[in-house]
Amino acid sequence: MTCSEFLKELTDYLDGAMDAQTKAELEDHLQWCHNCYVVCNTTKMTIEIYRESHLYELPDELRGRLRTAIVSKCKGHAAVTSAKPPARSPK
Amino acid sequence: MGTIQPKVEEPASDELKLVHAAKAGDISAFEELVKRYDRNVFRIAQHITQNREDAEDVVQDAFLKAYQNLANFQEQSKFYTWLVRIAVNEALMRLRRRRPERMVSLDEDVKTEEDSMPREVADWAPNPEQLYSQGELKEILSKTIQGLPPSFRTVFVLRDVEGLSTEETADALDLSIPAVKSRLLRARLQLRERLSKYFKNRVGGDGKK
Repeated sequence: MTCSEFLKELTDYLDGAMDAQTKAELEDHLQWCHNCYVVCNTTKMTIEIYRESHLYELPDELRGRLRTAIVSKCKGHAAVTSAKPPARSPK
Repeated sequence: MGTIQPKVEEPASDELKLVHAAKAGDISAFEELVKRYDRNVFRIAQHITQNREDAEDVVQDAFLKAYQNLANFQEQSKFYTWLVRIAVNEALMRLRRRRPERMVSLDEDVKTEEDSMPREVADWAPNPEQLYSQGELKEILSKTIQGLPPSFRTVFVLRDVEGLSTEETADALDLSIPAVKSRLLRARLQLRERLSKYFKNRVGGDGKK
């Protein structure tokens, strides 16, 4: 297996989405190719760091404000699309 | 070397009950769905738009659009995947408005594999995130992902941050599975390459942190 072939399979390898034979071939390549080992390891760390970094968390105060606005807009939409208001009795 | 573990999911039947109640006009059931997914939608929106105000607008517009179109939700996919599709479209639309000079499309692709070929192969420090304060780390991660094309960072945030499967990502973005895999590989490799300058092992090295 060449390094290019290894790279093409890297995503499936990290996701555990491959058959046992391909996995064994990739792991054999990792045994002797230090560069691919480093790329594989640091790519995995990249994913983990992003996943665990809690980048762009929604602050509680903003969350409450957004939810109130959403519910109010939904109620407005429901009111417009609901059945016609009951007819007023003629004067 | 271990694989990346998928996130644990909420039971789907409980979610369907809420969807059915919301379809029948129960706004509190829809509010429950908002509570369940507002953080995810906000994260996705800010990853794509890279703008806080736009992300706030996307959260409101995506949920309102979902509510208005609940009757069209066929329940062939999960509600969350359907919601993500709406949110991604809203986010891309906002991005196009801010950057009219640049084509912003999920179909955009890069011509060659060269852009993702690793050039930096120095190993990283064992716990690279500890090299920086929380604030510095977030700034580095944010600046780094901002440099990716929108189509790459969209696939990355859905697959790797939000934990959608490849199939769900393809479904939400209306892309083929090979297209999702190709963008994901390039996104991962490009982020890795760019982060290397911050995280590489400096033991006995030349510079300071």
